[in-house]
Amino acid sequence: MSLEASVTLSLGPLDLDMALEINEGEVVALLGPNGAGKTTLLRAIAGLIAFRSGRVLLDGAVLEDTSTRRYVPTERRSIGFVFQDYLLFPHLNVLDNVAFGLRSRGASPQAAVDSAQRWLEQVGLQSYARSKPSELSGGQRQRVALARALAPNPRLLLLDEPLAALDVTTRAEVRRDLKRHLLSFAGIRLVVTHDPLEAMALADRLVVMERGHLVQTGTPAEVTERPRSQYVADLVGVNLLRGDAERGSVRLASGLTVAVAAAETGEVFAVVHPRAVAIHRSHPEGSPRNVWPGRASSIELLGNRVRVRIDGDVPLVAEVTPAALRDLHLVEGGDVWLSFKATDVGVYPA
Amino acid sequence: MRRERVPIVVTALAAIGAAFFILPLIGLLVRSPWGDALAALTAPETVEALKLSLIASLSATAVALILGVPLAWVYARVEFPGRDLLRALTTLPMVLPPVVGGIALLLAFGRRGLLGAWLYSIFGITFPFTTTGVVMAETFVAMPFLILSVEAGLRSMDRRYEEAARALGANRWRVFTRVTLPLIAPSLFAGAVLCWARALGEFGATITFAGNFPGVTQTMPLAVYLLLETNQEASFILSLVLLLVSLVVLVALRDRWLGSA
Repeated sequence: MSLEASVTLSLGPLDLDMALEINEGEVVALLGPNGAGKTTLLRAIAGLIAFRSGRVLLDGAVLEDTSTRRYVPTERRSIGFVFQDYLLFPHLNVLDNVAFGLRSRGASPQAAVDSAQRWLEQVGLQSYARSKPSELSGGQRQRVALARALAPNPRLLLLDEPLAALDVTTRAEVRRDLKRHLLSFAGIRLVVTHDPLEAMALADRLVVMERGHLVQTGTPAEVTERPRSQYVADLVGVNLLRGDAERGSVRLASGLTVAVAAAETGEVFAVVHPRAVAIHRSHPEGSPRNVWPGRASSIELLGNRVRVRIDGDVPLVAEVTPAALRDLHLVEGGDVWLSFKATDVGVYPA
Repeated sequence: MRRERVPIVVTALAAIGAAFFILPLIGLLVRSPWGDALAALTAPETVEALKLSLIASLSATAVALILGVPLAWVYARVEFPGRDLLRALTTLPMVLPPVVGGIALLLAFGRRGLLGAWLYSIFGITFPFTTTGVVMAETFVAMPFLILSVEAGLRSMDRRYEEAARALGANRWRVFTRVTLPLIAPSLFAGAVLCWARALGEFGATITFAGNFPGVTQTMPLAVYLLLETNQEASFILSLVLLLVSLVVLVALRDRWLGSA
């Protein structure tokens, strides 16, 4: 019982070539920057966009296969789709919106309305049954969209940036509700998002894609610990280096060598957490094996930490306390030395 | 902000332009024999013409909806060679002199016309000089307004609502009737009203194709024109009635179509 999709298509500047498998009981988040092709892949799975080659299988049954020219139209696929801006039908009230899928799939008017009522209760909006979508807040619309998608009891639930249309203040609350509904839904769940926080909060497994291709997949912990692209490294806020490992050092493309405490050899990624990077105004004494000069190109206050972006042979981000920054008398453009210990570098095969 | 000073020449020309429209309306109001209004309005010929006009124009609007909405859908949604040419041909009556339209209808559907001769010889059906002929003439002239309005509505609607409906299991018919049509309702309504108003005022094509038989093909505009020679006062009153109808349509559509934005 699973979803299996492999899709190749070209759409404008996008060349999509993705394979995706989701098992029963899994919540998968498709994570990637804007324009990575996440929504396009979602639409291809739903049958809303034609693809050049590939196939989509749901519970072993073919929904689409370019090699046999089989195509099950969207309306006959057991899917629920929550669109980015929800697309609630503006001419129907909330109840009729939720009942729409049930009526489309042959339920009697009374059965559809009864079921829609129950779904509205589930998302806590029973008192808005007669309201028009335009009278609801963003968070309420999101819940109606979810109820509408879930009401026909689909096997596969597709959510396209379900929280992107909300403002920051409501997002956290709606995310919590969404998480609850996703957990109580028994089918296969796929969430598209460009927000790592959202992906990690909602999903058991992340699938990271960039420019139409798979970059990395794994649990949120795996992806956070071992980012495999600059995009993911930026998302989780670590410094990512890539080079050739040999006997306790990694030679970067710039020619610089980073001392590491790992026995890996060959092409590797090396991650350094910004907290592990120390900043000095003069060449530091002592044990750190990795010491470079640089220039503080930007200084950014984030809560009780300060992120300092340092340009040099190897651009790195360091994180220090505001007090430490004061002691350093550091301003943007200032020359610095940075250092980190070999034991603070995580190394894994590229 | 300072008010813009309007040049005197512009003001004068604009005033003449406005007067050009308003004076005839005043003339109609001033010269109408209000005392005889009731008699003129309830005269059997008038009632008959009014009834025929309403029946024919509403029928023409119904036909335009049944045939024009699918046509507009095809123009908006289907790519095929010659689409622009076909659209131009089907909207030609908007700019064609109506008399020419009437003649063209005769040549196609007249008793000796392309299709008409065949229909007559096999089924004994004739269109000219019948009420059906009136409906055909009015549809011919008025349907393009509906087609253009509906096509514009279909092109500007957010098609993702249709995708949302499909993802909810709606087949094409259900998508069209439950989502597409309601979403383009303003365009559909505006198109239908414009189409109806045009059909109601139709003169040239009707008199050419359907003739001028009281009770059968003599619609209001035809009656007004005829009365002008026999009973001027009555024709003024009937003109006022048509004017009133046009005004109501204009006011009703002001926001939707003729937009002051």
